[in-house]
Amino acid sequence: MALNITDIKRIAHLARIEVSDAEAENTLTKLSGILGLIEQMQGVDTAGIVPMSHSQDVVQRLREDVVTKTNQREEFQKNAPAVADGLYLVPKVIE
Amino acid sequence: MINSSLKQLATMLASKQISSVEMTQAFLARIKKFNPEINAYIALDEPKTLAQAKAADARIAVGKAETLTGIPIAQKDIFCAKDWQTTCGSKMLANFVAPYDAHVISQFDNVGAVNLGKTNMDEFAMGSSNETSYFGGVKNPWDFTRVPGGSSGGSAAAVSARLCAAATGTDTGGSIRQPASLCGFTGLKPTYGLVSRYGMIAFASSLDQAGPMAKSAEDCALMMNVMAGFDERDSTSLNHPKEDYTRALNKPLQGLKIGLPKEYFAEGLDAGVAKVIEEAIAQYKKLGAEMVDISLPNTNLSIPVYYVLAPAEASSNLSRYDGVRYGHRAAQYDDLMDMYCKSRAEGFGAEVKRRILIGTYVLSAGYYDAYYLKAQQIRRLIAQDYTEAFKKCDVIMGPTAPSTAFKVGEKADDPVAMYLQDIYTIATNLAGLPGMSIPAGFSNGLPVGLQIIGNYFDEARMLNVAHQYQQATDWHMQMPKGIE
Repeated sequence: MALNITDIKRIAHLARIEVSDAEAENTLTKLSGILGLIEQMQGVDTAGIVPMSHSQDVVQRLREDVVTKTNQREEFQKNAPAVADGLYLVPKVIE
Repeated sequence: MINSSLKQLATMLASKQISSVEMTQAFLARIKKFNPEINAYIALDEPKTLAQAKAADARIAVGKAETLTGIPIAQKDIFCAKDWQTTCGSKMLANFVAPYDAHVISQFDNVGAVNLGKTNMDEFAMGSSNETSYFGGVKNPWDFTRVPGGSSGGSAAAVSARLCAAATGTDTGGSIRQPASLCGFTGLKPTYGLVSRYGMIAFASSLDQAGPMAKSAEDCALMMNVMAGFDERDSTSLNHPKEDYTRALNKPLQGLKIGLPKEYFAEGLDAGVAKVIEEAIAQYKKLGAEMVDISLPNTNLSIPVYYVLAPAEASSNLSRYDGVRYGHRAAQYDDLMDMYCKSRAEGFGAEVKRRILIGTYVLSAGYYDAYYLKAQQIRRLIAQDYTEAFKKCDVIMGPTAPSTAFKVGEKADDPVAMYLQDIYTIATNLAGLPGMSIPAGFSNGLPVGLQIIGNYFDEARMLNVAHQYQQATDWHMQMPKGIE
């Protein structure tokens, strides 16, 4: 399927990445090339084939529902761009 | 010392011929001399490194040493190491200091190995030339005008230029093996699930696997003894019994069946590389191995399938970089949405953005079945090709990469051409199989790697196959000129 500039803008919005008009043109060319490569898949008959996500087909392990980690908030918040009183600061979202 | 094996270095330490502090200082001095040009390391912390070396010397003095105690190891900057800058080659994490250790890092710490520094890499491990790193490219020690391969390009150059005793890497589509081929050393990507991904910054979780990058198969075996092991903190870690990966090194290869996939010797393979691989195969015949013609008919589909699955998983994994809890936040923004969009636009480089966008697209409403599900189905067909092939042979051999190291900038603006670098390596990641690359000779003065692919959990045999070749040849002992 051929993409256009509107698609690029929509996808970029879904991905939460700002794209300027100039970047969008270049991105369109590159992404179209990659999608062209991906299109080769469409000729393959995959009816009845079970999708594979792990080579050993393992399932998710479950563990006991107990506390295993200690609180390291201060340690972790050292990497945060903005914090106050142990909270992460973001622009106001509720008036 | 710089060309000594890990075993030899361990013997030197045990006999007090040299201390770990002295050995570490010698490597740090080499890094100071060569790194400004090569750019293999992006984070060094001498006080921390030397403190580990000192602790190792104390451990050796009381007779509690293990094989890698006191040995200086380079760590790919994808592994979180507590109190170390950990960037994954991205502006997004340029100021990130890891608050905890990756499983791989703590495994090395437990045996008393020394963390020599963090190595350069393609941003978020997305690339085959190390050119997407925010911290600049890495030069191939064999020819400074060429790339070292990627994504583990810094570790590759560090091993090749002897700026460490050994290094770690990760391999999602060839990121250990392709640089091992382009820089002329031994690298192993283990069976998926054998080495824990805990604390290893995620790219494509169903494909990412860490492994050793070192001078020889024997060194890789010793590294694997440290790196492999079940870890409950990684939900895909396999509870596989602990193995000694050195146990089979000395087995003769008489009667070994080597499968040669016709698809790996078809159009697209450089003639100089093909010649080196043919000579390596002739050497294996001399060692008593038997060649079997096999076919991996879905090889050509591995790149399309990979470029659906890997970007899809990446777009999901990289959604965590929102400029809120850690990572880059834009200086100017209007509201929360604008903050997300600007922080991510500024923090990610062009290739990472492309892959996030591809991933977002293939996972978006209405396209999931046509892309992601279809790719997972073909992934099973690719894995079944190998299952069939391993009924006829013990290991599979072929080239690691279609060409030798290419020029800096040669493929930088053409993602599709760059992706084709991994045509022979990607399928093993999709199948979850172990693969390795060993030096097999040179074409026009540049190293060529021979790829060895094994069945699941067959690393010990692959290392044996590689080691026997390295007993009969000395390609793995060759060093680039000018690094003495």
